[in-house]
Amino acid sequence: MKYRIAGSALAAALIIFAGYAALYIAPVDMRQGQVYRIFFFHLAAWVSTFTAFTIVFISNVAYLSTRSQRWDRLGVAAAEIGVACCSIGLITGPLWAKPIWGIWWTWDARLTTTFLMWLLYISYLMLRGLMEDPRRSATLSAVFGVFAFLDVPLVYMSNRLFPTQHPQPVFFGGPNSGVDPTMAKVVVLCMVAVLVIMIPVLVDRYRLEGMRGEVEELRQEIELRTSLPGGNGLDAQARPVKEVL
Amino acid sequence: MSTARAAAILLGKELRLEFRTRELLNATVVFAIIVVVLFSFAFNPTPDESRHYGPGLLWIAFLFASSLMLHPSFAREQSNDTLDALRMAPVSSFAILLGKMLANFIFLALAEVVLVPVFAVLYNVSITGIVGRLVVVLMLGSIGIIVTGTVFSAISSHARMRELLLPLLMLPILAPLLIAAVEATSALFTTQPYLDRTWVAFLGGFDVVFLTASWLLCDFLMEE
Repeated sequence: MKYRIAGSALAAALIIFAGYAALYIAPVDMRQGQVYRIFFFHLAAWVSTFTAFTIVFISNVAYLSTRSQRWDRLGVAAAEIGVACCSIGLITGPLWAKPIWGIWWTWDARLTTTFLMWLLYISYLMLRGLMEDPRRSATLSAVFGVFAFLDVPLVYMSNRLFPTQHPQPVFFGGPNSGVDPTMAKVVVLCMVAVLVIMIPVLVDRYRLEGMRGEVEELRQEIELRTSLPGGNGLDAQARPVKEVL
Repeated sequence: MSTARAAAILLGKELRLEFRTRELLNATVVFAIIVVVLFSFAFNPTPDESRHYGPGLLWIAFLFASSLMLHPSFAREQSNDTLDALRMAPVSSFAILLGKMLANFIFLALAEVVLVPVFAVLYNVSITGIVGRLVVVLMLGSIGIIVTGTVFSAISSHARMRELLLPLLMLPILAPLLIAAVEATSALFTTQPYLDRTWVAFLGGFDVVFLTASWLLCDFLMEE
């Protein structure tokens, strides 16, 4: 518990400092002025989105091969974080695009891919919520997760033939790419901060899913006992709540 | 029993079941025609515009019609408790899935055979010179729709609100297929029609990827 509080406090301090650095430490952009500052968290949101969805895919495959509920919990935790980060990316993108491109949205490969990815993982989360049996829900949503992950590169490929408006990669791009060294440091700081904050959220969400599973099991046990002849569900063998959690 | 033989027997069963009533097929065709007609009211296209928007409209109609048509594929087994009987049969899970995919493919192909001429008449598109090439594009696109749709029909049949869930699962996954199929069909509807190899290859690739994935994952779909 102590460590978790300390860890969360550290992550919070890091993200506040990253926000400060993005707003005040990084220099003003030569061509875009102040507006470009949103890019620090835009990029960080994408990095964490892809990290989260990769974790979902790994957990789905691992669940199907091991059938351990732990992988299922990790999958749902990462999918929720991925959808949240993806939403941040999808909101910060148009906010930047309106003053720079003059339009909120364009159907280019990267934008379309991430938008569809967002929809696919929302479907994944909805599917889980609509199934009663936890084992079946875990298995079938893992199958859907694998299909969704396979679909992402296909969406990207199918959109690539349209002319793109999204800026070309700034880092490791061509000979004219690259940024001011202070800016580069702030970019890395923001990415690290967002990834670090993912960890306590992921751990907490994973534990919450575990507790939810336990509650569901207990509820079913009570239902089973009350349905037995002569049983009232509250008799002997009732375990103390603390032991269960 | 070999998978191919088992799938053929199951296909026979699906076809017999459907052709006793033809409920599914009639509903699918009528629904697709309604989409085509409503689209024409909503956009009132000129002949030029209809050549431009036609392919998109045609594929949207196929996608929506199959998202309705595929739902009973597994739901019917559930309401009659016949899925357990299929599971107990000494055939592989892939044979069960393949039998259903083949049957659904035939249903969608029949719906297309009715819909495409109706569409050509209503939207003034000439298809006489491109029948062979159009069949290739329609087949590759339909295989992709049916493969993923049948798998998701198996998934959604276990959930609450399954009628609503199937389109939610199926339509976003099929977005790349829709793009490729529409582009390939557009190339055929131009004044100098040609078969766009890039998009046809993409459609083929899509089919192969998801058919392989469903072959690998079918045991998980069929388990009790």
